[in-house]
Amino acid sequence: MLTKVHTGLDPVPGVWWKPAHKAEKVWVAIAFAWCMVLFAMMPLWHYRGGQNPAGVRGKVDPEAFYARTQEFAAQYQIGADRGIPIVKPPPGADVYLVGLTYSWYPILQLEAGKEYMLHISSKDVNHGFSLFPLNVNFQVVPGYDYALRVTPTTSGDFRIICNEFCGIGHHMMVGRVIVTDGDGTPVADNPNAQVESGGPQ
Amino acid sequence: MSASAIATSRVCPATGRRIFRQAEGLIRANAVVAVVSLLIGAIAALLLVLTRWQAVHLLPATWYYRLLGVHGMNMLIFFIIYFEMAVLWFAATVLLNARPAAPRFGWFNFGTMLVGTLMVEWAQWSGNADVLFTSYPPLKAHPVFYLGVILFAVGALLVTAQFFATLVIAKRERTYEGSVPLVVYGAITAAIIAVITLVHGALVYIPTFLWSIGLTGPVDPQVYRMLWWALGHSSQQINVAAMVAIWYMLGGLTVGAVVLNEKVSRTAFVLYILFISMASAHHLLVDPGFSPAWKIVNTSYFMYMAVLASMVHGFTVPAGIELGMRLRGFTSGLFGWLRRAPWGDPGFSSLVLSVIVFGFVGGITGVTLGTEQINIIAHNTMRIPGHFHSTVVSGTALAFMGATYYLLPLIFRRKVAFWPLARIQPYLFSGGLLLLVMGMTFAGSFGVPRRHWDISFSQAPFDVPFNPAVDLFLAVMGIGGILAVTGALIFIAIAVKSVFFGEPVHDIPRGAPVRGLPAGLTNPPVHAANVDEINEQLHAPARGIAGATPGTLVLVAVFLLAFMLYYFTNWKLLSFLWKIG
Repeated sequence: MLTKVHTGLDPVPGVWWKPAHKAEKVWVAIAFAWCMVLFAMMPLWHYRGGQNPAGVRGKVDPEAFYARTQEFAAQYQIGADRGIPIVKPPPGADVYLVGLTYSWYPILQLEAGKEYMLHISSKDVNHGFSLFPLNVNFQVVPGYDYALRVTPTTSGDFRIICNEFCGIGHHMMVGRVIVTDGDGTPVADNPNAQVESGGPQ
Repeated sequence: MSASAIATSRVCPATGRRIFRQAEGLIRANAVVAVVSLLIGAIAALLLVLTRWQAVHLLPATWYYRLLGVHGMNMLIFFIIYFEMAVLWFAATVLLNARPAAPRFGWFNFGTMLVGTLMVEWAQWSGNADVLFTSYPPLKAHPVFYLGVILFAVGALLVTAQFFATLVIAKRERTYEGSVPLVVYGAITAAIIAVITLVHGALVYIPTFLWSIGLTGPVDPQVYRMLWWALGHSSQQINVAAMVAIWYMLGGLTVGAVVLNEKVSRTAFVLYILFISMASAHHLLVDPGFSPAWKIVNTSYFMYMAVLASMVHGFTVPAGIELGMRLRGFTSGLFGWLRRAPWGDPGFSSLVLSVIVFGFVGGITGVTLGTEQINIIAHNTMRIPGHFHSTVVSGTALAFMGATYYLLPLIFRRKVAFWPLARIQPYLFSGGLLLLVMGMTFAGSFGVPRRHWDISFSQAPFDVPFNPAVDLFLAVMGIGGILAVTGALIFIAIAVKSVFFGEPVHDIPRGAPVRGLPAGLTNPPVHAANVDEINEQLHAPARGIAGATPGTLVLVAVFLLAFMLYYFTNWKLLSFLWKIG
């Protein structure tokens, strides 16, 4: 059952298709079983888990998406912060967020525990949606509408960092998401946050 | 052997293999350009890490992003692929005693790659390609940038064709008996993956080039991302295959590592060819253009068959070392073979550190971050560069460095310069990278983005107050980066001094250690005289499952436990997030 002793530098004479030793067979079997676990976890999480990058995806004209976002912002605007509208859509609504060099538009005010359909896209180049401090990340591609069912489970004052290089001002691109608790009051979960909120609370 | 072959070749005094001068020249030229690219990439690396270390924050924004592109191209494409061209020439000619196919065409292709390289360097350094390594449209670079990449890819593709032609020559001229050695089999795997990769490179860069000169309309950004990563990630799979081949090579050269079973190791290489290209989907897991089914099938390399292949090599390489050492008489205990191993031989220490960091850090983080849902808490954060610096740099680059310590005396016929430094270089490089990778990974877990000039967000409209622990992690990253770059610069100094000013090696004396020659050459690993008897005993059925390699079984068990722990911890962290679906 033994193979002739040789290194990986030596040509192999004759037939090398020979049975492996038990130790190798056992390891291959264990590794294969582990790979099956790795594989099964992904479909399983779609059934049982609460966090999936599935959503509803479609192509969209970047200008049309931007126009739709502006319409949405005008419809539900309740204030403004640094010139960016603060928008409070009703629970269950379609919510639009667009990345444009170098800002996120608009500022969203959501209610904890309610589900929203969050559409994300870009007006110009690739951007990266990174919700701080939760560390939730999605790629934002111009021409593609990524609609995710989102239920904020924690309230607070959140940031959206752009984490895909989008040009020389990439590091200035930060947006804001406010999540209010059941009473409708925004909760700053972060004592260091010093955000001037221009709109009504 | 014909007279002309004798006139144009020499016989290696150490290994007895026939080395053709024209192949030797091509190996040397590619290796030299690889090292020059490494130097450019390493200088950029130092400046980048001193910028990301927020307390230092060295470069202005423009130069940070510019050098990030330079670093990516020089390290991930130029250094690696030039070195792989050298490996292909080496594997097909030296290891098979064969003459190179159409060596003049080889020089032409090398020239094509070089022109492409210079075009890319010009575009990047002059600020005409501030689009980073990935150059995602609609960001647009100067056409020279895209054309340079295309020339480089075409040149490399043609060298790969010459590699296959050389294999045919070797077979026809019967320069070896039986099947090709496992190391060559690994190089063939790398070459096949290279073809897949480079064809994707052409598919993505030719339309982008035409768009950049205004001949065609815009390139779809999502299609570009998919095709680009079939170049960008798959090129790293050439590395994996080449690196594993070098693991087997260094194992054989340094300690006489044996191939436990050709069938198992070769099947694992075939699994790479069939499935590893799908890994490019790992970059698209939280992209809008693809369905969950597409993501799951691809991200799992069709049910993790390529991960299986790596786990197989992760067993057979150390087990081959263990059995090789035991057959040489180092049979005491579980780990006597490790204690008695030549830790001062930079070829051996590079091999072991490469295997460990690639497997324990790179492999585990890679599979975990590349899980469809877990990618939500990793995509485009510093966890990603944390992962690939442990695979490509501490894995592949270190393996290439270890191979270089043997190629210097064998191919360049020079002693390894600065020998005491060479002996510690793998430890310094690997240790620095481990710190860098830890710093990046933990900072990324707090949401610190990759490719970002200023995480203090001093010019942003809203503050982003990171956890103060992030400062610590970035300092660890900074210190690790300085150490790793120091290790890389020491390697470059050794390579340059040895090649251009090194002491020539005419004959390799056996028996006593010689300064500047790795131990595997002066004291070649010879199996004990009663090798068959020991082999018989080690494989006796009475020894059970542990068999001939009990130490390795313990090591892989520890590996699997670490893997499980890290993997399920990430699922747990994911479950704390908002509901998203």
